[in-house]
Amino acid sequence: MIPAAFDYVLAGSADEAIALVAEHGDDAKLLAGGMSLLPLMKLRLATPSVLIDVGRLHDLSYVRDGGDHVAIGALTRHRDIETNELLAKECGVLRAVAAQVGDNQVRHRGTIGGSVAHGDPASDLPAALVALDATFVARGASGERTIAASDFFVGFLETALGGDELLTEIRVPKAGANGFNYQKFNRRAQDWAIVGAVAATVGGAKRVALVNMGSTPIRATAVEAALASGASFADAAGHAAEGTEPPTDLNASVEYREHLARVLVRRALEGS
Amino acid sequence: MKVTTTVNGAKQAHDVEPRTLLVQYLREACQLTGTKIGCDTSSCGACTVLYEGESVKSCTMLAAQADGGTITTIEGLAASDGTLHPVQEAFHEHHGLQCGYCTAGMVLAAVGFLQENPTPSEHDVREGLEGNLCRCTGYHNIVKAVLAASEAMQ
Repeated sequence: MIPAAFDYVLAGSADEAIALVAEHGDDAKLLAGGMSLLPLMKLRLATPSVLIDVGRLHDLSYVRDGGDHVAIGALTRHRDIETNELLAKECGVLRAVAAQVGDNQVRHRGTIGGSVAHGDPASDLPAALVALDATFVARGASGERTIAASDFFVGFLETALGGDELLTEIRVPKAGANGFNYQKFNRRAQDWAIVGAVAATVGGAKRVALVNMGSTPIRATAVEAALASGASFADAAGHAAEGTEPPTDLNASVEYREHLARVLVRRALEGS
Repeated sequence: MKVTTTVNGAKQAHDVEPRTLLVQYLREACQLTGTKIGCDTSSCGACTVLYEGESVKSCTMLAAQADGGTITTIEGLAASDGTLHPVQEAFHEHHGLQCGYCTAGMVLAAVGFLQENPTPSEHDVREGLEGNLCRCTGYHNIVKAVLAASEAMQ
């Protein structure tokens, strides 16, 4: 399978990439690692006429201590998150979730920013970032703004990023080295999650988010509310499917996904 | 567009369309057909090569993204005198293949994996090769071969 023809432009800087997306508008797509975009282009589900490659903006690949948070450059690859010592100490959940993205080959190429900007509810990292209340930094022609994770994912493959904006940084709170668990249910090792559940502990409170239980990654707010009222993990997990709108597809029905959400949330909480 | 790379130590420069996938570039432009196209959807890993020393699926990478880079394919693993790479030798010794279609990708994935984890457990090997499928289901001998190679390379 070959993508439809396109013009390829290699961006030499973030500013150049921003100018290029502003110039080409909806005809253009930004290419980071390509692990989500290239398969869509090969299936001709995406047919951009201009591909702007930001994959070599190495100054956007970093993990830094930001004081109360850890700042991660958007072009940081999953492999670099998986093996990062600062994240292992300060936000172990992100390191653990990155280690479950795709397979080794995918983690060598895929980037956290690419995964976030793609906005796929079946992706691993976006749900972890929603659980953590991460903040996203977007840069456009008119300057820089920050977007809360709760406002960022607006629909299936749709985010709050403007057409002329580049996601440059992801900021995660320091949630510590422990107190988390990620349950990913799939049939083949490197597949997308049929359903996934992330549990993290931030400031002593449990946070829970779900993968592939709606058109966006979502917080399991009913579970968190039950925990806050003193419910046991098992009882709280019983609320995991509340407020969700999971898809039906070849892998699973709505009912099966709801069942999986309850089971996986319980396991994630017990393991956290 | 002109895509210039170093493949198995040799310089390659070819005019290709921007949409050319790395696997096509290797097979058709460089005429190195040891790299196989299996599923063509980045699931099976048959097309795995090393790019800048790390395993990647060449069906899900544009040749343009590899411009200026260094690539190792199955043709480049053995020494110039024909001595097999320890991973190739171990696959031979432990019969780590049946039909052979996944072998090039398996071997390259294993070489990349052993660079990152030189002393893996059996479980590590199985996880490390999760991106490679063997349609003959011949995983046991593949895992044995990778474990033997890791010992041989100590």
